[in-house]
Amino acid sequence: MAKKVVVEANINGEPIEFLCEPRQSLLEVLRDVLELTGSKEGCLTGDCGACTVIVNGRPLCSCLMLGVEAQGKTIQTVEGLAAPDRLHVLQQKFLEHASLQCGICTPGFLMSAKALLDRNPKPTEAEIRYALAGNLCRCTGYDKIVRAVADAAQTLASGQQPAGHLGSGPSATEQTERFLQEQEVK
Amino acid sequence: MHAINYESPNTVADAVKLLAAHGEQARPLCGGTDLIIQLRAGVRRPSYVVDVKNIQEMRRIEFSMQQGLRLGAAVPCIEIYENSDMRKYYPGLTEAAHLIGSLQIQSRASVGGNLCNGSPAADTTPALIALGAKCRVIGPGGERIVAVEDFCTAPGRTVLQPGELLVEFHIPAPARNSSDAYLRFIPRNEMDIAVVGVGAAVTLDPSDDRISAARIGLGAVGPTPIFAREAAQALVGKRISDETIERAAQLAIAATSPIDDMRGTAEFRRHVTGVLTRRVLAKAIERARAAQTSR
Amino acid sequence: MAASPNGHDYRVIGTRPVRHDGIEKVTGQAKYGADYNFPGMLYGKILRSPYAHAIIKSIKVDKAAALPGVKAVITANDLPALPDKMEQAGEMALNMSHLSANIMARDKVLYDGHAVAAVAATSPHIAEEALRLIEVDYEVLPPVMSVEEAMKPDAPILLPGLRNKEEGPDKPTNVATHLQFKRGDVNEGFKQADYVVEREFKTAMVHQGYIEPHNAVGIYNPDGHATIYCSTQGSFVVRSLSAAVLGMPEGNIKVVPAEIGGGFGGKTTIYLEPLSVLLSKKTGHPVKLTMSRAEVLRATGPTSGSTIRCKMGCSKDGKLLAAQIWMAYEAGAFPGSPVGAGAMTIVAPYNIPNLLIDAYDVVVNRPKTAAYRAPGASNAAMASETIIDELAEKCGIDPCDFRIMNGAREGTPQTAGPPYRRIGYIETVEAIKNSPHYKSKLEGPNRGRGVASGFWFNVGLQSSAIVNIHTDGTASVVIGSVDIGGTRAAQAMIAAEVLGLDVNDVRPLVTDTDSIGHTDVTGGSRTAFATGWAVYEAAQDVVRQLKERAAKLWEKKPEEVSFANGLFTAQGDGIKPMTIKELAGRLARTGGPISGRATVNARGVGPAFATTVIDVEVDPDTGKVQILRATVAQDVGKAIHPSYVEGQMQGGTAQGIGWALNEEYFYDERGILRNTGLLDYRMPTCLDLPMIETCIVEVPTPGHPLGIRGVGEVSIVPPPAAVANAIAHAVGVRMTELPMSPPRVLKALLSKRTRAEAQAAAAGS
Repeated sequence: MAKKVVVEANINGEPIEFLCEPRQSLLEVLRDVLELTGSKEGCLTGDCGACTVIVNGRPLCSCLMLGVEAQGKTIQTVEGLAAPDRLHVLQQKFLEHASLQCGICTPGFLMSAKALLDRNPKPTEAEIRYALAGNLCRCTGYDKIVRAVADAAQTLASGQQPAGHLGSGPSATEQTERFLQEQEVK
Repeated sequence: MHAINYESPNTVADAVKLLAAHGEQARPLCGGTDLIIQLRAGVRRPSYVVDVKNIQEMRRIEFSMQQGLRLGAAVPCIEIYENSDMRKYYPGLTEAAHLIGSLQIQSRASVGGNLCNGSPAADTTPALIALGAKCRVIGPGGERIVAVEDFCTAPGRTVLQPGELLVEFHIPAPARNSSDAYLRFIPRNEMDIAVVGVGAAVTLDPSDDRISAARIGLGAVGPTPIFAREAAQALVGKRISDETIERAAQLAIAATSPIDDMRGTAEFRRHVTGVLTRRVLAKAIERARAAQTSR
Repeated sequence: MAASPNGHDYRVIGTRPVRHDGIEKVTGQAKYGADYNFPGMLYGKILRSPYAHAIIKSIKVDKAAALPGVKAVITANDLPALPDKMEQAGEMALNMSHLSANIMARDKVLYDGHAVAAVAATSPHIAEEALRLIEVDYEVLPPVMSVEEAMKPDAPILLPGLRNKEEGPDKPTNVATHLQFKRGDVNEGFKQADYVVEREFKTAMVHQGYIEPHNAVGIYNPDGHATIYCSTQGSFVVRSLSAAVLGMPEGNIKVVPAEIGGGFGGKTTIYLEPLSVLLSKKTGHPVKLTMSRAEVLRATGPTSGSTIRCKMGCSKDGKLLAAQIWMAYEAGAFPGSPVGAGAMTIVAPYNIPNLLIDAYDVVVNRPKTAAYRAPGASNAAMASETIIDELAEKCGIDPCDFRIMNGAREGTPQTAGPPYRRIGYIETVEAIKNSPHYKSKLEGPNRGRGVASGFWFNVGLQSSAIVNIHTDGTASVVIGSVDIGGTRAAQAMIAAEVLGLDVNDVRPLVTDTDSIGHTDVTGGSRTAFATGWAVYEAAQDVVRQLKERAAKLWEKKPEEVSFANGLFTAQGDGIKPMTIKELAGRLARTGGPISGRATVNARGVGPAFATTVIDVEVDPDTGKVQILRATVAQDVGKAIHPSYVEGQMQGGTAQGIGWALNEEYFYDERGILRNTGLLDYRMPTCLDLPMIETCIVEVPTPGHPLGIRGVGEVSIVPPPAAVANAIAHAVGVRMTELPMSPPRVLKALLSKRTRAEAQAAAAGS
């Protein structure tokens, strides 16, 4: 059997070292090795998007990436989205708009939506729908998800903090972004 | 999944050395959006997976009007769409790359991987055929150039010999008054595999509204992607008209040998080949006319 | 305050608070079944049949068992043999041998993907590799894939023991049941009719398509007790069925319901649960089993494909006179399709004097069907609602007016006989007729608008609830109903309404089977109705007890204390009204803690109706249908949390559109499922749907304290017919087969063109 490999990566703002078999996907590593079970398994073929994470700024299906490929990468998962005392605006808007029913697809949608808003802060409805087409939701018919993402974009554009959750500590996502920016500067 | 070994070389030479050393037991990994699924399903069971994404030579997009395009086989689709030269000079190939799966898939999947997977339904392959793209293949015995239309030999099979690696594509610079387009038919609006895909590139003679050169590639309508030579030839030297385009569409249909499957019937695929050939030619011609004024 | 149609003003009900379990679900902290891990846990995998129909001659497991890391291999021989007859399991009557044989094939495999063995190993990869080492010797039999094939006199027989009443005790058959519903005289009715339309419809087998695959972690203790962690719609069902399959006393199993990633009816039965316990018993370790997507599609769910011949007639002024229907549903490998429900829903929205329905439950070599959102009703409505549309067209009557004219009202007899109580069908049609969507003009070539209605019974059944008052005056609500899409929020809102508390001062909790009384599945649109009723009563119990405490403090009789708007009051000098918070701080001094309890076996369920309008555009060159606009009106009785009610309406509509356009099981001639992934099992993506507009209609259910009707299911019923009707109005072809995928629509368009050309040629000559 192939030996386990040591992999170093930055996950949700933390430099992390983990051991994995080459056949383990990034999703398995996140869920079974690092106990980050927020990323979900829905299909293992890249068709449902429930395992979406952001790697070096790009959304991808963690079921279609090997854990060993994470070497040197910067990875954001749903667990890193909120600050300790404040939800990310997308999380807040998903709650306000009742954008989740069962909630299994929610982490993937949040990460795809975040990847979209990071690159395109003012998306049209069509752009939102295109960016979310790789994420299946069977409960909602997407209506309330699209509305939440549009509302989140508007809230971000207006510079408002989402209501109800005070505080100013940086989220793991913000820490990751700083880290990414620093890497670019170097 | 069975146990695998993972290697991640930084040069083509090292990659070829690894692939040659393990022969049939080795498989290159690029975006993994096909390979990892096949490993999981047990369809392919190599003991070595050679990740070629960290080879810089395979990650570049180099374009000039003099040299044309060198497109690294490992460039992820999303980087093609984000490249302004690609969008401007190769809009058909760019839209094909932008149609593959979701953004999550496009962040990983490469044009090289799309071709090497050997699927007749690969979206970028008909677009590459339309552009007259050539593959630069390096193996233990040296280098060779293969036209894209000659690359696939059967579903899931290509001309690559054990140890060989597809390194990059060479695509001619667009001629004056030319452009390309790609259209596919899928049942949903995203996320499906092409039921039919048609890529076309045309060059116009602006003096009398004639087509001076054309190429058409077809996907998902035969065991391999198809270069519809006769269909394209029927356009050359002809004045643009509904009749000209209809003739090409009929010849495109004649070039197909589709099957019935869960994605569509043979009858449906033949019909839609005609529909898409008409539509994609109209689109490529419209773009070529616009290129006359913009370039 | 939200005004209620049943004369109440509500403070909490009808508002839209953030759900209590929301934060865990948007931060990735919520634990679904596959998220549970335990020390020493092993991973199980299932070997599945590569044939649709075969006899198992032998299974050799030695090589698999010898693979390093493999801890146990089991087959059906490790499960007790159960009698081939209907038996009670807890509250349900089931054929236990069928249930057991579906979980692990005993002598025969009856569908591609049928489980034949299971392995537990130290990693999921090792377990998978071990499956490749199990040797099964099959004798392959011809597969029977459709109801037509299965009903032929010489058809291969799936279940040698299956009999039906008509064919008698000596005749093996694939027809498990024939049901008939009769009213009046259909021949007489058709004689009177000016217009009669008759068509045959076929609908494809489709899957519920929940995003979370099935999962279970089983932990067996040497004292004979076991705990199962799993994502299920009904923890008590898992307990009683697993106990029956394992031959264990029901009380020895505790089921802890994890969060559930969708079910739509598909998670109301068991697949992995008893196997996880058995593997745990064999290995002495917790064992986790999870399905891949291919396993989910090959071996769980789906709902029946069907063949329906439907004939209906009306007078020229649009009065429905007769309906005659023949319908056969694929049960899958074991009896139990929802054809009975199909028969009783197919014309449920209408008052038709003459009716004859024959319905057949037929076994075929496909996975055993499971409930799917208003099971059986969408297939049925595809047939009847298409024909209603054609009849309205022939009469020159607006499709909404035609439905209002013939629509069921209070007193109209139901298909099975008894008359409806107060229902809101007509109101849903009127809501659509008055909607901005229906009033808008649809312009452009190849565009059309279609209307259709749907009916679903809803169910009541049993629920238990506990409401605890804490010393700070907040409350917790404990229920056994799994929260599949907003249940916690709705139950907390009901308790908050009764107790006069802020909704955020009520914490809802879904608990395990040892911690609450029996509670039936979250399904049948019953949870807000029945569990909500139990919570309402439990909260009333709390109020009653609190009144006693206030009476004690004030030295009054309990009946002299009143409670309104969150305040306890009584007449008398020096008596200052008290809030629950104030009273809660004094419980220790007045008799101790307070818990309110209630259980219900809810009767008098209120059936649900929905009417949907959909606009489409058809690409005449490819047959592809684009959904332009959709509006659904549904009678919900009383919307507790309107956002989640809308969510049910939108979600059901989206599933119905998927069923209409592209979802289908695609089997090859050997009976092997070809589309075992979400690439080719094509559920709608975000880009395939528009915003889905909703009209909430509130006609309260008589007898329910809050007037609630179930809302979870009926919205899936109208869309296939609404889309078919829209296509007919867009391009003039009547589609009679689901899904209305591009190849089918194109074929219909091309044959219409050919016919038109032939007619033109004939006219010309």
